[in-house]
Amino acid sequence: MSKIKCQCGHENPYGTELCEKCGRPLSEKAKKSDIVDMRYEGSSRRSQTYKSSIVDKIWNFFSSVKIGVSIIAAVLIASAIGTIFPQKFYVPATTPEGYLEYYERLYGTVGKLYYELGLYDMYNSWWFKVLVGMLATSIIIASIDRVVPLYKSLKKQRTRRHPSFMKRQRIFGEGDVQNTEESLVKAEEKLKAMRYNVKTENGAILAEKHRFSRWGPYINHVGLIIFISGILLRGIPGFYVDEAMWLREGETRNIVGAPGYVLENKKFTLENYTKEEAEEVFGEALDKNGTIAKSYTTDVTLYKQEEGALPGSESLKKVEDYSINVNKPLKFDGYNVFQMDYKLDELKNMTFHLVNKSSEESLGEFTVNLSDPEKEYDLGNGSTVNMLGFYPDYDGIKDGEPYSKSPVPNNPAFIFQMNTPDKPKGEKSFVAIRQTLEVEENDYAIKFAAAETRNISGLTIRKDKTLYILLLGGLVFMIGVIQGMYWQHRRVWIQEDTEGHLLIAAHTNKNWFSLRKELDTLRETADLPAYIDRQDPELDKPEQEGDEEIWT
Amino acid sequence: MAQKKNKKTIRLISRAALLLILAAILIYAITSKDKVKVLAEGDTAPDFELVDLEGNEHRLSDYKGQGVFLNFWGTWCPPCKKEMPHMEDLYKDFEAKGVHILTVNVGEPKVKIELFRDDMDLSFPMLWDKNKTVMDLYNIKPLPTTFLINPEGKITKVIKQGMTEQQIYEYLESIQPK
Repeated sequence: MSKIKCQCGHENPYGTELCEKCGRPLSEKAKKSDIVDMRYEGSSRRSQTYKSSIVDKIWNFFSSVKIGVSIIAAVLIASAIGTIFPQKFYVPATTPEGYLEYYERLYGTVGKLYYELGLYDMYNSWWFKVLVGMLATSIIIASIDRVVPLYKSLKKQRTRRHPSFMKRQRIFGEGDVQNTEESLVKAEEKLKAMRYNVKTENGAILAEKHRFSRWGPYINHVGLIIFISGILLRGIPGFYVDEAMWLREGETRNIVGAPGYVLENKKFTLENYTKEEAEEVFGEALDKNGTIAKSYTTDVTLYKQEEGALPGSESLKKVEDYSINVNKPLKFDGYNVFQMDYKLDELKNMTFHLVNKSSEESLGEFTVNLSDPEKEYDLGNGSTVNMLGFYPDYDGIKDGEPYSKSPVPNNPAFIFQMNTPDKPKGEKSFVAIRQTLEVEENDYAIKFAAAETRNISGLTIRKDKTLYILLLGGLVFMIGVIQGMYWQHRRVWIQEDTEGHLLIAAHTNKNWFSLRKELDTLRETADLPAYIDRQDPELDKPEQEGDEEIWT
Repeated sequence: MAQKKNKKTIRLISRAALLLILAAILIYAITSKDKVKVLAEGDTAPDFELVDLEGNEHRLSDYKGQGVFLNFWGTWCPPCKKEMPHMEDLYKDFEAKGVHILTVNVGEPKVKIELFRDDMDLSFPMLWDKNKTVMDLYNIKPLPTTFLINPEGKITKVIKQGMTEQQIYEYLESIQPK
């Protein structure tokens, strides 16, 4: 792993192709080639340098462009596979059996395989994360390995290069001119006018422009890394919230994912387009399609826990009233609460009559608020009704007792005790929808009179602190692309060699046509030898003076 | 020569450091599953303040220095109902030993809870989490879920299923102040 000493005296790192300082070809390959490979200035890429320890081996693995491209391909293919069937998130199931059943029912054996291979939750799988992590590692290491030597050799480059370097450039010319000194002075002036940075060193010129374009790919990679770290931050609590909740009219509930905030649903309104307000054309459409929704609105009140109050305490401070509309979320403290879904007509109140069975005379009515029932309802004439049991989602008798399968009033049932002046000890009655049971034959009965319903809003709570990081990543990415795409790093070397000949060479990383045009303009002002583009010799002939005969 | 050796060491260390950092980030990304902090054994139990059916305020921090058996439940949940009488049986004994049973109902109507309590003849405090704030704070998914909180205020165990009387006894004993 020794250094390579060039004839000019400069010590180059192991693996260098062209001397960092004078440009003499150092490797056998460079010496034999007609045109030198100017990638990374012929500098030694770090990955090729050392292969001793395990750390170096891992480093070299990630530094390889071939490996990098393979990782990119693997990520792309995997991502594509993940879109074949819906991911877990979009599947209406909660248990493993439920998922399996879903994929098998809809997609058959392939679906079953998709589930069993874990592809149904691919983007959260460890191996997908490892792939993305390897991609990021490859981007970072490959960039470091290239940008550092490239920067160093561009910084170290000397104005006077060795003739062997000049001769191996793609654009090269050699010849004698009448007044070398005058040519060089004029060339320097003209190059400056063409906005080149010009350096001179007794009889040698190095003109360079747009070196920053060489950093484009690396800036671009920095953008990618910022973007990936933004995604990564989403996994840390507090940076990213995406939750959903149901909120009934009249209900006040802690906001899922937003600790310290409480939301009350005052009213949910679903508005449809009416025929009256619609114009003729739309009227027809309404006839054809039935109802068309116009707006979904939830009127809410937002409360915040008082400063220093403990979670669960009743000391809440009202923040604001707001009407959440589709695309008009409630915004507070970085959170957005969106209108997402709704359910109409859940039972809210039930009104009953207490009636005398034989005379069918009513002793009065009472209303049970299903979300906040009372223990006793006073009917005012010496009669009361006591609530002995309440089963919001009645689902038959279990173990000798009525059973409610959920707290949602889908099918309310009650045990009432009716106390009347006739029967001061009271009579018991079990009341469910379209069903009444009595232990003994009663004189009185409770008859259902009316019901009121309420609506439920489906809300989504979102917070994304990483959004600006992603935006920044995208911006830096684009800056890198533009920097590398729309500018080219051009260099022109002109020098007088030891025998008094004038040598000219030029290099660009892309757009050779424009470079040649600039050289032609330069040659109009300064007397310089004709050059050839050795990869495209034919193309250059007509543009250069004194060579017309070849063209005809 | 010494300088070269030195450079080699620096290179090795810096490369290894970068690779290690990247590996650590990757491992973190793979292992962190929850976007919200989920309470686990060993965490400090977050403080809260709830009223019981009689209107008495209870703060978790009031019980510092004593064990707390914190049980989240709903009237419609059969295993919740099943374990309640066992808790009732042990409640008084352990109250004297410095272990408190607190139950938190997850936002049902107050009357419904009262009917349930009277029906089952329960005497331990039944806290009413009207707005489901504490339920969200403790990230309650299945019911019943029970947290064992030791005298230092740390969660020693999270039980996400119904319990037998024997188990409840052992759990209560495990958080008894020494």
